[in-house]
Amino acid sequence: MRFEVGSALSIGAILFTVIIVAAMLIWVERRLLGLWQERLGPNRVGPFGLLQVVADMIKIFAKEDWVPPFADRFSFLLAPPIIMVVILMSFSVIPFAPGVGVIDSDIGVLFVLAMASLGAYSVMLGGLSSNNKYALLGSLRAAAQMVSYEVFMGISLLGVVALAGTFNLREIVLSQADGWYILPQCVGFVIFLIAGVAESHRLPFDIPEAEQEIVAGYHTEYSGMKFGMFFVGEYLGVVLVSSLIVVLFFGGWLGPAFLPPIVCFVLKASVFVAFFVLLRAAIPRPRYDQLMNYGWLFLLPLSLLNLLLTGAFVLWQEGM
Amino acid sequence: MEVAEHTPVLDPSLANLVEELSLRFEQEIIAVQTYRDGIPVLWVTPAGLKTLMHYLRTSASIRFQMLFDLTAIDERARVHREGQPASDFTVSYHLMSFSHPCDIRLKLALSESSLVAPTVTDVWPNANWYERECWDMFGIEFRGHPNLSRIMLPPTWEGHPLRKEHPARATEMEPYSLSEERQQAEQEALRFNPEQWGMTRESKNSEFMFLNLGPNHPSVHGVFRIALQLDGEILVDAVPDIGYHHRGAEKMGERQSWHTYIPYTDRIDYLGGVMNNLPYVMAVEKMAGIEVPERVKVIRVMLCEMFRIASHLLFYGTFAQDVGQLSPVFYMFVDRERVFNIIESICGARMHPGWFRIGGVAQDLPAGWDKAIREWLDFMPARLRDYDTMVMNNGILKRRTQGVGAYTTKDALDWGITGAGLRATGLEYDYRKARPYSGYEQFDFDIPVAVNGDCYDRCAIRVEEIRQSLRIIRQCVDNMPEGPYKSAHPSTTPPLKEKSRLDIETLINHFLSVSWGPVIAPQEVTTIIEATKGLNSYYLVSDGGTGSYRTRIRTPSFAHLQMIPEISRGFMVPDLIAIIASIDFVMADVDR
Repeated sequence: MRFEVGSALSIGAILFTVIIVAAMLIWVERRLLGLWQERLGPNRVGPFGLLQVVADMIKIFAKEDWVPPFADRFSFLLAPPIIMVVILMSFSVIPFAPGVGVIDSDIGVLFVLAMASLGAYSVMLGGLSSNNKYALLGSLRAAAQMVSYEVFMGISLLGVVALAGTFNLREIVLSQADGWYILPQCVGFVIFLIAGVAESHRLPFDIPEAEQEIVAGYHTEYSGMKFGMFFVGEYLGVVLVSSLIVVLFFGGWLGPAFLPPIVCFVLKASVFVAFFVLLRAAIPRPRYDQLMNYGWLFLLPLSLLNLLLTGAFVLWQEGM
Repeated sequence: MEVAEHTPVLDPSLANLVEELSLRFEQEIIAVQTYRDGIPVLWVTPAGLKTLMHYLRTSASIRFQMLFDLTAIDERARVHREGQPASDFTVSYHLMSFSHPCDIRLKLALSESSLVAPTVTDVWPNANWYERECWDMFGIEFRGHPNLSRIMLPPTWEGHPLRKEHPARATEMEPYSLSEERQQAEQEALRFNPEQWGMTRESKNSEFMFLNLGPNHPSVHGVFRIALQLDGEILVDAVPDIGYHHRGAEKMGERQSWHTYIPYTDRIDYLGGVMNNLPYVMAVEKMAGIEVPERVKVIRVMLCEMFRIASHLLFYGTFAQDVGQLSPVFYMFVDRERVFNIIESICGARMHPGWFRIGGVAQDLPAGWDKAIREWLDFMPARLRDYDTMVMNNGILKRRTQGVGAYTTKDALDWGITGAGLRATGLEYDYRKARPYSGYEQFDFDIPVAVNGDCYDRCAIRVEEIRQSLRIIRQCVDNMPEGPYKSAHPSTTPPLKEKSRLDIETLINHFLSVSWGPVIAPQEVTTIIEATKGLNSYYLVSDGGTGSYRTRIRTPSFAHLQMIPEISRGFMVPDLIAIIASIDFVMADVDR
């Protein structure tokens, strides 16, 4: 096994950038939604409302940091940092560009999947420790949803792994120099995209926090920065899934020679971030049991079939 | 007295029915009366009430399928009671026929010493909440009622507010104070006890979870509370709790003059705007014998249909939002804004113009009024097509709403469901067509009907109604009659200015009509309209004064909420949200 750890400076820079980008996404999402919904969105604070994020941050830090007396204090405090930490950890294996990345690991794909499943603890603990019925319903939904969608999230990636012959994300990017995996793995891509939306529980998969049904779901009782961590965690998740899609299916930083690799990566990832927002603007929310059925009865067999065919293809090619 | 002169002739088939009933139920019917609204009133004995109701429902020559309204009148202060049996409190049952264009009213005379009436919940399931309301407001006991408890007011309330001796405003009462013990008692009274709500704590296999949905919850459309009994996310039972929006609108009607009550009506169905004024002013006009000019009728229809569209757009958007679709509500609010801009240019106000007057409307249409309307009429159809693609044809939305919260026509009639909720079950019944008022018979429009009676159909009906309302508005714009915007009748309020300065007599008359408003001869009148959410009616009792003796407002939303437990059991929490959204209610319309 091989680990190549980047310099402290680049680790710090990546951490900082990722968090800033996630925070800026709050503004980006609100402006994009405004654009698509015949309204303006935040445009008062600073040029184009850009400083809205700063104002939001001041608000969120200045708010009373309240722990409900009926909550289980320890796990209530533990839940929000978990989501932040596991997603930030996942970023450590993402290769943003040649030479830009935290760790170059041979088990990159597995690491990301492991971290994603740890994320489920955050929402479960948050909901259970709140001692609130809406939060309880939310965390039950979250647990069921994340457990089932992780299954084929993993399986949908295996097609790419089989083609590239490695779990190392950087090598997966490099192996796409002749052609992106979106073409041979289009089914895997669609399944991964759906599972990715479910993992970051955004509409139409925001069932654990469905506002119209269970108020705010698992984070109903949270306020101040603890809520902020859930909130930014969601956007970090969006960035993470978009980055993974780019790395696995769209050739990472590979692109036309006149573009610096990092710009290429950012551009590709932005398209998917915008897609996430568009999805939220466009689609209603299915019911919880419909979502489960859709996952287990349709997506799981499909992802297995995809893996089977990819495997057969790889074996056939090796046989030649 | 003017009464005799105006006593109307009953519709022949209704007159036959009254005759048939008087012969058949000689013992049970004490007196028969008719007022200007053409609804025969039969005074019945308590013992005969149910027999008569049953007969009217199942075997009379005209059958009455719905208990449209049930209310009471405190008669103790009423002076003009000619031809009525002695009574301290009168319970009034308004039955409605859907096969014939007629209604009938049964009245029960009660004396103060024994305020007991038999319950009719076994004949009409929807009598449940109405009887509870009568108990709450008048203290009339309905013997045999399954759950006779307060419905609008908190359980700790003392007295019955619609009784004449109950104070109508804070200045008539002691200053309010809340002692420590009182606060404790009030809070204790709020403690949730499942048994009181008709729920058990556990079944053989599992313990139930009780979830308090509301009064403040993102999708209960106001202050509405439902107590849920849950098995996982499956609804075992859902019991609505209303009254958080109760403002005593009916009691206010007894204090205001005929004229000054108009703005209060705007706030009943607060999305319906001037459409709320219509049944009220029509009722007063009917009592005063005012015939309004054609132009007034068409102006009123035009504005009512605009408000119908505004209300349906809000419904449409929030319906999509409640099944998780984020964007439509913004588009529809923008469209609603366009309607309000037009309404504002005509009435000067947006949501609650209070613009209709007894005998006319407040002002004539402004110069060039039709330009903006025509532009909007041309603009809307394309938007509605977009919404069809976005909402109605969306696969996820269909899966969320089709087959959810369905009921049949019979259920609908049993529970007093009217409006789109009734038409979604396949019954082609629109009051504008069935019994046209305010000149609706002159307009060309269709009644949309659906078959399944589920959430999706209820929404589809309203979407189509928006298109039909656009058709009606276009006809109004193209054929607006010339003429006065007020009737020349002396009771028109405010009265015409032209005749005021001829001599001192006309000036005095004018002054009195402006300050007191009209004096209405003793009468009782009910008018019903097809409002945005179903049938809305005002039942006004005049005792020959400058204001109403009793104002009864029958609202569609009240009846619709009562049905929620029936149609939501066995579904999941998200389905309940879809059901609530598809009913289209506002709490002001429920609680009044």
